[in-house]
Amino acid sequence: MACQGVLEEGMATLKSDLRLQIQQTSPIPLFADLECAAGHLLALVGPSGSGKSTLLRMIAGLSRPQSGHIACGGQVWFDDNNHMTPQQRRTGYVPQHYGLFPHMSALENVKAGLHHLANSEQLKRAREWLARMHLDGLQQRKPSELSGGQQQRVAVARALAGDPSILLLDEPFSAVDSSTREKLYSELAELKHQLRIPIIMVTHDLNEALMLADHMTLINHGRTLQSGVPRDIMVHPCNEAAAQLVGMRNLFDGEIIEHDAGQSSTRLRLGAHVLDSPYRPELTPGTSVRWVIPDNGVRFRAISRAESVTSCNRLEVMVSKLLTLGDEVRLSMQIDNVSAPLLANIPLRLATELNLAARQRTAVVLRAEDIHIFASHE
Amino acid sequence: MDWTALWLSLQLGFITILLLIPAALFGARWLAYHRFTGKPLLEALLAVPLVLPPTVVGYYLLVVLGAQSPVGHWIMHWTGQPLVFHFSGLVIASLIVNIPFAVQPMQRAFEAIPQDIRDAAACCGMSSWRSLLTVELPLAWPGVLTAMVLSFAHTLGEFGVVLMVGGSLPGETRTIAISIYDRVQASDFDAAGQMSLILLVFSITVLALTNGLSGRFGRRHGYPEI
Repeated sequence: MACQGVLEEGMATLKSDLRLQIQQTSPIPLFADLECAAGHLLALVGPSGSGKSTLLRMIAGLSRPQSGHIACGGQVWFDDNNHMTPQQRRTGYVPQHYGLFPHMSALENVKAGLHHLANSEQLKRAREWLARMHLDGLQQRKPSELSGGQQQRVAVARALAGDPSILLLDEPFSAVDSSTREKLYSELAELKHQLRIPIIMVTHDLNEALMLADHMTLINHGRTLQSGVPRDIMVHPCNEAAAQLVGMRNLFDGEIIEHDAGQSSTRLRLGAHVLDSPYRPELTPGTSVRWVIPDNGVRFRAISRAESVTSCNRLEVMVSKLLTLGDEVRLSMQIDNVSAPLLANIPLRLATELNLAARQRTAVVLRAEDIHIFASHE
Repeated sequence: MDWTALWLSLQLGFITILLLIPAALFGARWLAYHRFTGKPLLEALLAVPLVLPPTVVGYYLLVVLGAQSPVGHWIMHWTGQPLVFHFSGLVIASLIVNIPFAVQPMQRAFEAIPQDIRDAAACCGMSSWRSLLTVELPLAWPGVLTAMVLSFAHTLGEFGVVLMVGGSLPGETRTIAISIYDRVQASDFDAAGQMSLILLVFSITVLALTNGLSGRFGRRHGYPEI
């Protein structure tokens, strides 16, 4: 089900240090296909209940899929004849609420993952990791005596001290306040450069994926929809479901009219309007298509300022709804003869400048290079 | 004051928790971590002694273990002793009626351990056994303590089943609860009063101790009281 196309070349260069393919119909349906190279951070992004945490638990060996294949670093962890236990896999797993042992100190928590070593070695390694995670002086504290951010660092230290073959982070930033989160982002980014193992992070936050991940896999209703570099996916989602997951709201029906190789442009019909869009000669004229444009591709000032746009997709619209939220105005606009609304968020300052009000007509420009036509009706 | 009866009751109580708690601990842990189709039925079956009149439990034990039954006959053949009207019969009866008192507090205690913690233990490479000893038991021990105290105190107070299965043989099956009844029947209210007071003070003391210890544990680990 994963989309091919614009991202195919990028995918081929990935070294598959973790490779996972899962097919399962119950207890929850899962059809997943993903990979993550050593030293890379893969973000598994999807809404709650999409199955991303279950996938992470399957990689850790905590949950057994119906069928499929999981391999890491050349070792098969799961296939039809083989299911290695979590103890055999030795993954560095950081659960959503960290799973710290509440009756043990920070030091004992980290040592708990090292019981296969001699006692002196355990102590040495645990101290090293706590120091590395900036937890000097907090070794004897119980988890309940640590802040959320400190708890997370203990959990990461415990996960990494055992020299795991992969680091698995389940919503690592969901249980901390926003200022701590900012600090932890930088720490994870630094840590990523030091580690030579695949890192998989489950999140529902696209910004986290954009900031931290080398690759991203979108997952919804138990299916992996698209994999690739986060920025590529953000501008070229492979289908409607992926577009909605990356926050695109402006989805329209259209029809291919013609291709203009000279101007490297494909003309597209939207209601009574004709729009220029990026050149896609593989789409036959006359074909009905679905297309999408991100919020920031809808421009209000482009006409007056003569902002450089490759083409002038100027549209007359009527503001149907206008909602002010602090410094931001949320607009819902109606394009003539088109049923789907055009949505945009603009700064309050701009809305005032343009005298925008409900039931008032205005003009917008859809930046041609931001229009993205889906390959098929998936 | 019937010291023999008190001693017999204490013996019965200790033997019951010694045999019952380890088995119930593994059963409770398994029930806490697994979901399956017949689970509500199995849990209901284990809880039956809570709601059934003790005389009914005693009656069925008599039927199953009595010398006329195949089981009773088989036991008689191999041990040369009948189970009914014998201390060993009391132990079996006590084990059965105490199942809910032993299983339920421990099951609740294991259920209260967050899945994240058990997952982390497994990913730390801990075997199921090591995880039980170093992670789960330290967290679930208030439940284990409650199970022990409830089973012990309930054994001391059990009357109906003991009377049905054991009768009232001095030094063999006459427990303190039976002895109190016997003394009242014989209008020896002084002895009955002394023994009742001992049981009352004992029950209040152990329950207060258990609650106090569990509460302190909860506050120390930021855990809800079990």
